[in-house]
Amino acid sequence: MGVGIQVDKLNAWFGKTQALYDISINVSANHATAVIGPSGCGKSTFVRCLNRMHETIPEARAAGRVRIGDIDVYNGTSAVQIRRRIGMVFQKPNPFPTMSIYDNVAAGLKLNGFRNRKQLDEIVQRSLTYAALFDEVKDTMHKKSGASLSGGQQQRLCIARALAVEPEVLLMDEPCSALDPISTGKIEELIFQLKEKFTIVIVTHNMQQASRVAEFTGFFLLGKLIEYDKTEKIFTNPSDKRTEDYITGRFG
Amino acid sequence: MNSEVIAGAQANAAPLIKSGDGAVADRTFFVAVWACGACVLALVGLIVYELITKSRLSWQAFGLGFFFRSEWDPVNDQFGALPFVYGTLVSSLVALIIAVPLAVGVAVFITEMSPRWLRGPLAFTTELLAAIPSVIYGLWAIFVLVPLLRQDVQPALGKYFGWTGLFTGPPYGIGMLAAGVILAIMVIPIISSITREVMTAVPQQQREAVLALGATRWEMIRTGVLRNARIGIVGGIILGLGRALGETMAVTMVIGNRPEISHSLFAPGYTMASVIANEFSEATGDLYLSSLVEVGLALFIVTIIVNMLAQVLVWSVTRGMPARSRG
Amino acid sequence: MACLRGAVAETANSSSGVPPISLVRRITDVFVTCSAAAAVLLVLLPLAAIFAYLVYKGIGSINWAFLTQLPKPVGESGGGMANAIAGSVYILLIASMLGVPVGIGAGIYLSEYGRNNFGNLIRFTADVLNGVPSIIVGIVAYGLVVLTQGHFSALAGGVALAIMMIPTISRTTEEMLLLVPQAIREAAYGLGVARWRTTLSITLKTASSGVITGVMLAFARVAGETAPLLFTAFGNQYWNWKLNQPTAALSLQIFNYAISPFDEWHRQAWAGALILIILIVLSISAVRVAAGRGMLKGVG
Repeated sequence: MGVGIQVDKLNAWFGKTQALYDISINVSANHATAVIGPSGCGKSTFVRCLNRMHETIPEARAAGRVRIGDIDVYNGTSAVQIRRRIGMVFQKPNPFPTMSIYDNVAAGLKLNGFRNRKQLDEIVQRSLTYAALFDEVKDTMHKKSGASLSGGQQQRLCIARALAVEPEVLLMDEPCSALDPISTGKIEELIFQLKEKFTIVIVTHNMQQASRVAEFTGFFLLGKLIEYDKTEKIFTNPSDKRTEDYITGRFG
Repeated sequence: MNSEVIAGAQANAAPLIKSGDGAVADRTFFVAVWACGACVLALVGLIVYELITKSRLSWQAFGLGFFFRSEWDPVNDQFGALPFVYGTLVSSLVALIIAVPLAVGVAVFITEMSPRWLRGPLAFTTELLAAIPSVIYGLWAIFVLVPLLRQDVQPALGKYFGWTGLFTGPPYGIGMLAAGVILAIMVIPIISSITREVMTAVPQQQREAVLALGATRWEMIRTGVLRNARIGIVGGIILGLGRALGETMAVTMVIGNRPEISHSLFAPGYTMASVIANEFSEATGDLYLSSLVEVGLALFIVTIIVNMLAQVLVWSVTRGMPARSRG
Repeated sequence: MACLRGAVAETANSSSGVPPISLVRRITDVFVTCSAAAAVLLVLLPLAAIFAYLVYKGIGSINWAFLTQLPKPVGESGGGMANAIAGSVYILLIASMLGVPVGIGAGIYLSEYGRNNFGNLIRFTADVLNGVPSIIVGIVAYGLVVLTQGHFSALAGGVALAIMMIPTISRTTEEMLLLVPQAIREAAYGLGVARWRTTLSITLKTASSGVITGVMLAFARVAGETAPLLFTAFGNQYWNWKLNQPTAALSLQIFNYAISPFDEWHRQAWAGALILIILIVLSISAVRVAAGRGMLKGVG
């Protein structure tokens, strides 16, 4: 089962430039929450702060309180431990090029010392099934490299890889923006299924996608969270004028 | 979708991965690779330290005049490095005079004139010259180049150009000219490859602009490419000089190894690198050894300065930095 | 470009008023082209000559005896360079064991941790180290190892060659690691893989064929070196496998035989040289094979 995310006054900087201002938000467990906004509004930065990926950039830092389930992300646990509980899928599919499909999915476990072969097999099969990729690769997953798949398949591989470590939350940073419409459709279908087991936060610049897959949506602008509500409300009757301007295409 | 399989997964159980977060291992790893990097610094420091301490004796005995004296007499403990300095400079100069036109010519041909299919093979074969070890150049020079010089080239040079004073004396074959020629062959690949690199770095628009004015191909090369790449080419030449100054084996095998200064290129000579190569393991006496190390120190300093100068010049044209991966 | 020239030439006889390219300019152009081509031929000539002579003079002397026997005393004919070939391999092995880990380690530092002034200092120093004449490296190894041990030794020779390998390997390793996209590292971080593990099992693994290329190139470069071995390994007429005794090396043997007054030894010098160049060409070819190999490897 997934867990909820409570964010309280989160701020983030790139060197001296501030990118996020006092973000406070409660993400519901086992739902998909979309994060929308124009380019440069901080949506990717926000999501990357949730699993402390933001600080891998030199001179970047974040401050504030983030609780994911019962874990305090910024106080007490190391970033490495956090990232094992939170999965991430990136904008451009990035399978490990030197590994087979099987090894890619197992990577999160094997690289952290997991050795039990039989259990690995089970987990890999399960993860590939979650990602709707198993049937397509079950015969070749030990032989073909991760990079030999098509774009859409690679992204599903990355999703399987993220799911293999059994995170409670899955963060997706514009996962479909590099994909064709058919692959995008498949992945959106996937998100529907995954919601039952995981909490999903998906960054998207495609408003139609947000309304298709997410129950809740947060609108970001210039590093601030302008509005956060049920998706239906955001897109039909937003409370803030800026949200309305963005939805109707007056900017962005 | 198979929801039965999905349902089989565990719900919010303890995390699968039980290993630690690797903080200690991270620190250890960092220290290990940092130490490797620091090793590079340590090595250069070590080289400077060794050269300075082991040459102290002769520095105290002869001072700066060491490099202006010609006497090299181990028996009487009299050491002067002028013949070696002279030999190093002259052999390198001869090498450059021969090598530069050839290397630039090859580079121009490969970059601008050669048909596309020929470019790769030609570039490859020029690089192949760089892979041949010095001792093999020397071997070939002793048994093929030197007889050629002795029997054909030197008599001809003496006959027609002896009046310059450069080509006088008996044509031994072995001597400064032989050293200059073999050095030239050895530095051509470096000069040529840098020249090619800086010529390729000149943007295509420059070439097209000149051609659009109605220039011939050579005029285009001269004004559109060479003029822009000129600084880098000079850098390449200086890099070749640096290589020539430090070259040891091939030169030792054909220069004659006599600490003499002569105006003729036919005469045998001695270079800084050669005297060390020949006499170091047999040097008896501390002053002898120290003098040889001092020659080494001077060679080290000169090559460092020359190489640094060359790097700066080449970098300024190509902005040569390895490809970045960020973002 | 040719059309442009053709067009201008064509108008030479037309009345459009565009002046034709003068004869002088056209002749200069042809002359320069011919000179450049001549330069190419002149440069390729010694290359061809060297390889031709190596084969012509060397091939006759390479036989089983040459490859397996020790050198015979002066004046006697026959004998071989078995100890020199073995000695070279031995010294290169020592050099690689010292130089490759340090070089790769330095390269990893420069790429993953060294985007700062200290890293720049190391880069600059590595370039300086690269330009140090090999005979000077020999002097330093002499002072460092030979004087400490009290003998010429294989270890000293290995140290000298390792010093020469390190800067090359560290720069090529850095370059290859920087080519690995940051997205790959991020994928590993996102899975909760520690940084050291990511660097070794993901980044280095991805760049492995390039790194191996760099190592082999450094190897091929030092394989033929003679000067740094002159007063470190020093040479030996017999077998030696001890770390602290003088050892024969192929390049040293070629040098000593070449400058000797004996025809018999000259003949063997050519044979040794042919073997040396074959070994070097093999190393460089191994580079191409390693680079072309498939990238499918397991997780560490």
